[in-house]
Amino acid sequence: MTPLLSVQGVTKRYGAHIGCADVSFELYPGEVMGIVGESGSGKSTLLNCMAGHLTPDAGQVVFDTRADGPRDTVTMSEPERRMLSRTDWAFVHQHARDGLRMGVSAGGNVGERLMAVGERHYGDIRSKATDWLERVEIDAGRVDDRPTTFSGGMQQRLQIARNLVTGPRLVFMDEPTGGLDVSVQARLLDLLRGLVRDMGLSAIIVTHDLAVVRLLADRLMVMKSGRVVEAGLTDQVLDDPQHAYSQLLVSSVLQV
Amino acid sequence: MTDQDYNFAYLDEQTKRMIRRAILKGLAIPGYQVPFASREMPMPYGWGTGGVQVSAAVLTPEDTFKVIDQGADDTTNAVSIRSFFQRTAGVTTTTKTSDASVIQTRHRIPEEALTEDQILVYQVPIPEPLRFLEPRESETRKMHSLEEYGLMHVKLYEDISRHGHIATSYAYPVKVEGRYVMDPSPIPKFDNPKLGDMAAIQLFGAGREQRIYALPPYTQVVSLDFEDHPFEASKADHPCGLCGAEESYLDEVIVDDAGGRMFVCSDTDYCDARQAAGYKGKDAA
Ligand SMILES: Nc1ncnc2c1ncn2[C@@H]1O[C@H](COP(=O)(O)OP(=O)(O)OP(=O)(O)O)[C@@H](O)[C@H]1O
Ligand SMILES: [Mg+2]
Ligand SMILES: [Zn+2]
Repeated sequence: MTPLLSVQGVTKRYGAHIGCADVSFELYPGEVMGIVGESGSGKSTLLNCMAGHLTPDAGQVVFDTRADGPRDTVTMSEPERRMLSRTDWAFVHQHARDGLRMGVSAGGNVGERLMAVGERHYGDIRSKATDWLERVEIDAGRVDDRPTTFSGGMQQRLQIARNLVTGPRLVFMDEPTGGLDVSVQARLLDLLRGLVRDMGLSAIIVTHDLAVVRLLADRLMVMKSGRVVEAGLTDQVLDDPQHAYSQLLVSSVLQV
Repeated sequence: MTDQDYNFAYLDEQTKRMIRRAILKGLAIPGYQVPFASREMPMPYGWGTGGVQVSAAVLTPEDTFKVIDQGADDTTNAVSIRSFFQRTAGVTTTTKTSDASVIQTRHRIPEEALTEDQILVYQVPIPEPLRFLEPRESETRKMHSLEEYGLMHVKLYEDISRHGHIATSYAYPVKVEGRYVMDPSPIPKFDNPKLGDMAAIQLFGAGREQRIYALPPYTQVVSLDFEDHPFEASKADHPCGLCGAEESYLDEVIVDDAGGRMFVCSDTDYCDARQAAGYKGKDAA
């Protein structure tokens, strides 16, 4: 089987400082990969390199495109890459306000990607937006309200709806449950798990929270100082960490 | 300062050359916003300094110049711009649309069809049609260059969701030759159909924002819309009270202290000409 995403030797420096170094892995269709590690370990840097928000200094990010098969997204043209990011890719930000248009109604937020790929029937766009609000457990009656009137958890669910409406094949998430209350987190996790399962989504999830990866990720990468120090099946890594740093990470979290 | 101290049409030759280059570039890439180094003009920005600089760059001594403000030749703004060019360029001025070779306008396109011998110069306050939803200039520039115009429809979507129909009635966005999305300046959407396939050259100048854009003659211009909410060039559903015109864009004016109102052509030259030719509306004296 062709991997959906194949990352080879991705390195990103900030001046002399290392963001992430020599990261390689493959993600197969329908898989969810978790990336964990302490603050500053390079998780977001890696994610942003894969999603085309940052240009790596070295390495390849090969995505299996619908039209032309595997293509290196680092060297493809910017229009092609931006087209991918509003069709086959989705990006869920930690802070919903970074991923939403706060001055636009919930329906407009969800409809934007549809309009970006050429949908021009208002009634269709609106009914798809309403459907998606319901799928993320937002009352359809809120379709014309702005996200500023939503709670943090609702904003995050709206951000997810806005990203999934075009049926992307790969979802990047950076701390999707960060900054939310514990009970709100649990509900969001449940929702994400359902969506991943129902849509057969492939996803890469960056998080501090090992409970999140336990619930969502098939496989796990542990990062430290920009490098991957351990990778494997989630349960294996969490229950029987090999690397000293992973052991520390797992034990420190279990104490929380 | 005496009149002789001015260059022809106020601006120095180098500035005019710079502006003409921007205009030529704009004509070569219809609908594309060309940056230019806007100059201080002896009037405040809100007064159409972008349009004034474009007019100054295209006027020649043989030209006949007309200025309209919301269709009228006699507002303070129109009068002062007209007299400015009378003074600095010595050009003949007129209020008659068909006599003018250069027409500077704010908020209207004349009712009378323009010809290949004419140039229409628009005063533009905000040239960027995407500004409403995306304040970052770096991002809007990228959206134009990559033709990412989904956001324009988000604006129209918001309109319909709030008002039940596309309520945008001024500065209604258009797509030019299937490529650039353009703000036609705050003309009523009633005027949008005249933008396309026009015989005259159309030039747009934004002074504060330092942008010039253009439509060469006979350019394709399409107003954005949805399949189930098609664009409509609406106007008040009345005939003109003074000249009886059914097809012209109307202003509602208060006529007496008792709150009496009537609808009259916003294009004063058009209305005057019709009345002179004997047409009469129901409110005509
Ligand atoms: N824009 C930047 N300029 C310079 N250094 C940066 C920049 N962004 C990140 N870094 C550095 O790169 C390293 C990796 O940062 P990154 O944000 O990828 O970590 P992270 O694992 O996502 O951390 P966190 O869990 O706190 O979000 C850190 O040392 C960080 O200080
Ligand atoms: Mg981070
Ligand atoms: Zn009239």
